Amino acid sequence: MTRRLTREGLLNLAVLAGLVILPLWALWADEPFTITLATRAVVLALAAVGLNIALGIGGLVSLGHAVFFGIGGYAMGILAHHAQTYTSVMEWPFVIEGTKNMPIIWLVATVVSAFAAFLIGLLSLRTSGVYFIMITLAFGQMFFYFAISWSEYGGEDGLSIYVRNSFPGLNTLVPIQFYGLCLAILLAALALYSALMRSPFGLALNAARQVPERVRAVGLDPFRLRLVAFVISGAITGLAGALFADLNRFVSPTMFSWQLSGELIVFIIIGGVARLFGPVVGAALFVALEHWLGGLSDYWHIYLGALLLLIVLFGRGGLIGMFAGRGKIHD
Amino acid sequence: MTDLVLETCSLNKSFGALKATDAVSITLKPGEIHAIIGPNGAGKSTLIGQISGALPPDSGSVLLNGQDVTTLPPPARARLGLARTFQISQLAMEDTVLQNACLGALGASGKPWRFFRPALSNTALRDAAERALERVGLLEHAATRTAELSHGQRRQLEVAIALSLSPRAFVMDEPMAGLGTEGSATMTRFLDELRREAPILLVEHDMDAVFALADRISVLVYGRIIASGTVDEIRKDQAVREAYLGDAE
Amino acid sequence: MSTILIIEQLLNGLQFGVMLFLMAAGLTLIFGVMGLINLAHGSLYMIGAFCAAAAAGLTGSFALGLVAALAGAAIAGVLVELIVIRRLYDKDHLDQVLATFALILIFSEGTRWIFGSFPLFLDIPAALSGPVALPGGIQYPAYRLALIVAGLIVAAGLFLLISRTRIGIQIRAGENDREMIAALGVDIDRLYTFVFALGAALAGLAGALVGAIQSVQVGMGEPVLILAFVVIVIGGIGSVKGALIGAVLVGLTDTLGKIFLPQLFALFMDPAAANQTGASLASMSIYVLMALVLIWRPTGLFGARA
Repeated sequence: MTRRLTREGLLNLAVLAGLVILPLWALWADEPFTITLATRAVVLALAAVGLNIALGIGGLVSLGHAVFFGIGGYAMGILAHHAQTYTSVMEWPFVIEGTKNMPIIWLVATVVSAFAAFLIGLLSLRTSGVYFIMITLAFGQMFFYFAISWSEYGGEDGLSIYVRNSFPGLNTLVPIQFYGLCLAILLAALALYSALMRSPFGLALNAARQVPERVRAVGLDPFRLRLVAFVISGAITGLAGALFADLNRFVSPTMFSWQLSGELIVFIIIGGVARLFGPVVGAALFVALEHWLGGLSDYWHIYLGALLLLIVLFGRGGLIGMFAGRGKIHD
Repeated sequence: MTDLVLETCSLNKSFGALKATDAVSITLKPGEIHAIIGPNGAGKSTLIGQISGALPPDSGSVLLNGQDVTTLPPPARARLGLARTFQISQLAMEDTVLQNACLGALGASGKPWRFFRPALSNTALRDAAERALERVGLLEHAATRTAELSHGQRRQLEVAIALSLSPRAFVMDEPMAGLGTEGSATMTRFLDELRREAPILLVEHDMDAVFALADRISVLVYGRIIASGTVDEIRKDQAVREAYLGDAE
Repeated sequence: MSTILIIEQLLNGLQFGVMLFLMAAGLTLIFGVMGLINLAHGSLYMIGAFCAAAAAGLTGSFALGLVAALAGAAIAGVLVELIVIRRLYDKDHLDQVLATFALILIFSEGTRWIFGSFPLFLDIPAALSGPVALPGGIQYPAYRLALIVAGLIVAAGLFLLISRTRIGIQIRAGENDREMIAALGVDIDRLYTFVFALGAALAGLAGALVGAIQSVQVGMGEPVLILAFVVIVIGGIGSVKGALIGAVLVGLTDTLGKIFLPQLFALFMDPAAANQTGASLASMSIYVLMALVLIWRPTGLFGARA
């Protein structure tokens, strides 16, 4: 089988090269802040890749994905907070100690996010269309208010972590090393996304988005397909939340905010729905705009809003769509 | 009694004051094509909905190979061997023809929970899908985006997906819909052979096809079966002529 | 004492619910008639509040403030409908979410640009600033009572509009069959603009009325918008009756939960822990209500379509 590189494939390679070269350049030029910005973009991209599994393949417009981002963030915050205060997370019925070890934190973040996604999905996937949008938005708000009222972990003020958590064999305090770690996870998530899209599961989920009646008629249950997609999606976004909290060494209820849920969708749309690299392009552009426009004007959200309106009203397929043409058939 | 592949017992379904299905009992035997005909609004779609599981009946039951499936949802009935086609093609337009056919084979395999290896490099899945495509003459279009198929090809793909399920009974909702004379003739020949694999409950408007194919015909008018019999019996039936054919004499 | 407290809280919950209804009614009509999910409805609420605060600040008249709120929100509604919203009716929900999210960004930042980041204050009119004595010796703020009455009058007016007038017939027809009313010769563009402006005016009114008991600031609309979504999910999309019942249910659950859940937990926990647990659970109570309704009826109490 010969594999020709499509224009989208070339574009993806270019983005990938940029993700490697830009921070290395920043390292050489001694611009650590650029590395931090790039890390921010990579972590937000990871969150959006998670959402893209539900939204892009499954067609589930979740306006509450900040829930999982926030859960991931608080998983990190709570574990690290107890580790740095030498207290235990709980003592009954069994003792759970805090930890500063990233792999353990990531495991907790993904498992708890996945469980939350399972519960929210169980309820909200009983509905579809606008109901689903409104319900996911509402559950997001529920977690937001819950985090605010949870004074044990800082309530509205959030939790600060003094030192970034550790990863065996790396010094995560060095920006480029932490960046490399985040990039590796993003690439792993992209590989997973790509595999999912072609897998039997992806085939069925993709069909459930387009023709649910047909999927039922061949003996598959769209509800279960969507629920599993939602859980995988939530888990990845949760992992991104843990990394985001580690990047800022801070978690607060704003990680649960509805704006963040909206922004995650924005990344996907700017980049292109169901495109492998769509969320990456979208998140990178967003972080760049936030930095440049935010430096030019305090009111840069107006320009972002205008850009978004133009893309929705006139530009189909997002940025990747504009450069690479209509989506190729994935085979 | 288990030699009946499909059986409905006195199905009833009302929408408000409208009785869409009125005590409908029909059967489907191995190797036969049983056609359901009737004017628009006679309740054919509602009947198919109840047989496939999309619509719960108010009363009555549906048996598949002797098993009561009345309360089972569509996926469960499909897994028990009931394959339906749709009046309006239900195809994943963004995907290739092969991917659509694979969906049927995937449903038949009952194993959609595989997340890593590509569906199309799964030989069992792919072979089943390609066999189905070959039989409806779409294999050469396997890599074509479904949205680019002609209407007739879409109708063929619709049947191919049902085929790839390797079902024990077909329920076909107007497979000839929108096909030209030639297309109808091809489809008719195809269904004629297909009945040997699994019997077909055929809802169809195309009378030439029905008269050419059907072993038995049931006539549905205002939700009731007003006549049931062989092609000749139905052709001669006075009630059918009056109620449905508008008394052609 | 206890009964008085309960009645007071019931009235507070009713007041909150009635204001939520003003938001939810517009949202549900806009969805019912045009099939549009409008995230920017909260911005119209905010615009109403800012118009009222600015006009009342200039003229010193609360009544003129209300007029400004209605007019400002309705005009903003008409403009937005003409320029952006009507291009979205044929698009899918994802595009509608995105475009109206973009509108929130534009409206919020635009308002911040004009008025700055500090909250404005809208004073309660002098005539309504004191308490009134209700039967049973209950002292209740006159303004809050006025909100309940005003909200109920608007609700009644809305039901009359929908059930008794020509435009109401068109709205109901539009919910059922879009092509049908076009075929009947109704100018569908004008109808859509009207419905959107009506929803906007109701949201603006709510913003102004609530703005007098809270501060008027950027971002005030979205929490209310999300609560209005909860109301609609509970009541059923497209149903104005469902919106009213859902709004009152949400208003009562939220208000009573905040007061009584901590007290409930204080019965068997120490006060600090009870306060904490009660407050946390109270913040979740309406979403739990929504979840229960969803389990029972996925399309809401009065919703027909999924």
